[in-house]
Amino acid sequence: MTAPATPASSPATAGERPGVRMARSRRNAELSLLLLAMALVAAYGAMVEANVLDTVTPGFWVPAATLTAVFLGMHLVIRFLAPFADPALLPAVALLNGLGVGFLRRLDLANAAPEERADLAIFAGIGGRQLAWTLISVVLAAGLLALMRDHRSISRYAYTLGLAGIVLVMLPAVLPASISEINGAKLWVRIGSFSIQPGEFAKLALLVFFAYYLVRKREVLSLASHRFLGIDFPRGRDLGPVLVVWVISLLVLVFEKDLGTSLLYFGMFVATVYIATERVSWLLIGLVLFFGGAYLAYVLGEAVGGPFANFYLRAEIWLDPFAEPYDDGYQLVQGLLALGSGGLFGAGPGGGQPLLLPEVQNDFIFAGIGEEIGLFGLSALLVIYLLIVERGLRAALAVRDSFGKLLAGGLAFTLALQVFVIVGGISKLIPLTGQTTPFLSAGGSSLMANWLLIAVLLRVSDAGRRPVDGAGGKVTRPSGPPEQLHGAPTEVIKP
Amino acid sequence: MNAPLRRVGVVVIVLFGLLFANLNWIQAYKADEYRTSDYNGRVQVAKYDRKRGNIEAGGTALAVSKETDGELKYLRTYPGGAKYAHVLGYEPVNGSATGLERAENDFLAGTSDQLIVNRLRDMVTGDTTAGGNVLLTLSKRAQDTAYDELRGNNNGATKGAAIAIDPATGAVQALVSIPSFDPNPLASHNSNEATSAYNKLEQDAGRPLRNRALGEVLPPGSTFKIVVAAAALENGITKETNIPAGSSYTPPTSGEPIRNAAPSICPESQVTLMNAVTESCNTGFAKLGGQLGPDVLKEKARQFGFEQEDLTVGRLGESGLGVAASRTGSMENPDGGPDPAALAQSSIGQRDVRMTPLQGAMIAAAVANGGSQMRPYLVRQLLAPDRTTVYDTANPRELRRPVSGQVAADLREMMVSVVQNGTGRNARINGYTVGGKTGTAQSAPDRPDHGWFIGFALDSEGKPVSAVCVVLEEAGSGGSAEAARIAGQIMRAAIAEPGGR
Repeated sequence: MTAPATPASSPATAGERPGVRMARSRRNAELSLLLLAMALVAAYGAMVEANVLDTVTPGFWVPAATLTAVFLGMHLVIRFLAPFADPALLPAVALLNGLGVGFLRRLDLANAAPEERADLAIFAGIGGRQLAWTLISVVLAAGLLALMRDHRSISRYAYTLGLAGIVLVMLPAVLPASISEINGAKLWVRIGSFSIQPGEFAKLALLVFFAYYLVRKREVLSLASHRFLGIDFPRGRDLGPVLVVWVISLLVLVFEKDLGTSLLYFGMFVATVYIATERVSWLLIGLVLFFGGAYLAYVLGEAVGGPFANFYLRAEIWLDPFAEPYDDGYQLVQGLLALGSGGLFGAGPGGGQPLLLPEVQNDFIFAGIGEEIGLFGLSALLVIYLLIVERGLRAALAVRDSFGKLLAGGLAFTLALQVFVIVGGISKLIPLTGQTTPFLSAGGSSLMANWLLIAVLLRVSDAGRRPVDGAGGKVTRPSGPPEQLHGAPTEVIKP
Repeated sequence: MNAPLRRVGVVVIVLFGLLFANLNWIQAYKADEYRTSDYNGRVQVAKYDRKRGNIEAGGTALAVSKETDGELKYLRTYPGGAKYAHVLGYEPVNGSATGLERAENDFLAGTSDQLIVNRLRDMVTGDTTAGGNVLLTLSKRAQDTAYDELRGNNNGATKGAAIAIDPATGAVQALVSIPSFDPNPLASHNSNEATSAYNKLEQDAGRPLRNRALGEVLPPGSTFKIVVAAAALENGITKETNIPAGSSYTPPTSGEPIRNAAPSICPESQVTLMNAVTESCNTGFAKLGGQLGPDVLKEKARQFGFEQEDLTVGRLGESGLGVAASRTGSMENPDGGPDPAALAQSSIGQRDVRMTPLQGAMIAAAVANGGSQMRPYLVRQLLAPDRTTVYDTANPRELRRPVSGQVAADLREMMVSVVQNGTGRNARINGYTVGGKTGTAQSAPDRPDHGWFIGFALDSEGKPVSAVCVVLEEAGSGGSAEAARIAGQIMRAAIAEPGGR
């Protein structure tokens, strides 16, 4: 590993190389991409109405226009507060978010009595609620951009956020099932009819803490090592924090009955440790620990049941969902049948039977959409997710400070992992667990948390693409907290 | 930190590549399988857009689709209820259909190749025409009689079956299995109602969903003596030949003696074959079987249709309801050597000999039809949705010739004697010549015996009009006499209303 010696000659400057060409802020590109995305959302809404109602109502464009107004607002906020932010992030996220709202509205149309379908109010049903959540989420994201003028400023709250993250993770586990359990997974906190998934926010808080902790510890974690089979392994005592996170994620697995969240936290941690230390051994240790733990939980679930039984059952369903197609395997079977019925081209927006799918507004939204837009449409959605993730990683590459690199890299990878866990789950690539599909699933927690994640990525990408000397002219460097709160990359000494 | 970040980027691309490859697997490779899966409700919704055709017998609709205002446009109903359940089967919203609903699904649903002209016309006009109609051979009156008589049998048997066929064509006149079930709740659009109705039937100890007429194999008892007699007639014995009998017979290697049903039956040392059949002389047939040997008996049974595994009853030349294979079982030692006890018991339809009610009726039908066994069928005609065009009219065909005309004539004479002078008197019909053979078969050591009757009716010109098999499971004493009475009633109904050919 070539450790960067100085900022000037480090690989980090690779991110600056495009910066030379891109002294421009590219905000107009963002605007045109955003308008294109919103045109797609409007076209989607029109196709849904044509298929479900056999006619396109004069007001078909209203949800898309509302979304456009919201996202244009966000665009303006970015223009003023993060002018050098990545121009592809907002349009890509807006497209996913808009299609999510459109699909949820399509579910409302299917659920409504035929005579009420034509005049479904814009904020009615889950589609309307999602539209309202979008508004709130975007306002929160804009607020975060306004408050956090420099991403390094949040490292001041790292320990607070770390503690909050652990509390949020453990909260559903310690609360009684009547408050925290929905569909067999203890991931919720329900207050009356209002329920939130604290885990969605916990992942952000924990990641800030990881990034902060690892930047401080990276020398220790990457230096001292034993060499075995050509791979450098860390010292035993440095494994401590990793083991703690491993235990926490297994506890989540067992007590919140949720493999996906557990995999998400652990993957997030292992990835950030790897990025910080550049040591493959951490990846190997992480993979062995996780899969070893999951296999152990499977064996224990078969042998003793108890808290492990749920995991065992999910693994069994994954191995053969058609064994009990109307019972335990019902959800997964219906998901697969929906995807298969969609085939290559899909039934067309509004042309499918999404109501046959259980949880189609949450876990199975990707399958529900997949039935209507087919393999080609889903591939396009995957590419959009990939675009967001790779743009996040690119922001990490471009930004100059270690904390920013870890934060953006970790967040981007977490988003990718979440998409992998849920999409892989409903398509029987891995055991199914209850994760939300970022920006598509109905629900405020997920939408808000993921928009906050995007706000952080926007902020980091702005810092990365901003000309070092302020050559952009219009902006000055943010004043914010003291410079180089946590080390320039010069800290690393090549072993 | 940039090198690992780039590698994370590669990992992400690999993960997404896996998702993409897996979606290809599901949405391209497995798509057809999932699209047409029995568990896929989309198939059902699309299917219910088109009115499914009727199943009818003798001008009466037995399965009809009625328009509803729910999401599924048509509800399948069965006006005949439990009486026709085992023939028609049912068409559930979820899961797979049974009976003729399954076998004739393509035509009823309108997706058959034969109806392509209708579908092309639909594409032009934008209409959705109904599926085609299936007309059955059943005689409504014979079916009613069979169902009512079986259910109200004087022995109180709760399980049993009856099947009547036209010996000259193979057309099924009646097919009943008890206990039966009402198919209407199973076709309900309310999936909870359908599921609970199904679970209730599935858990019923009487197994009402089972089609006993085609699917149940039971020891045939003395009805099997017709097969043994046929083998004897082909091996130098005539109906007047004296065969060894006696009140009891202990096969050489076994201490278990074979006795007759009553001491008055063939106590003398010799009886004619005619009398042995008429009185149902067990000792005589046990010895006769020993004399003929296992190979001859098995071959004769096979020629009558035993061991056939792929017989279906539905549309001729097409699939239909599956029929269980009747079996003679082993009549030898496990090592292949002779086993006189097994052979003796097999010769009177016990041991491992097993027969379906349909097989019993087909034996009687072959005897009545001069040795020619016709292929049984249920579907008389396929009628276009608009009821003007006939697509497929049954063309009766011979299945096999188990015996020559002469042997058949001799067997006919002996079976007529059974009804006129012997154990089958209850089956007599005024103005018709009725022949048959009763059977009383041991089920399990501590359970009552099964009562069997196989028989036929000839009109005044000697032409066969009906062949029938009735079995009352665990009917106990007098079961075969009751079966004979019911068989007579069914044949009388079939004569009065012959059903379609």
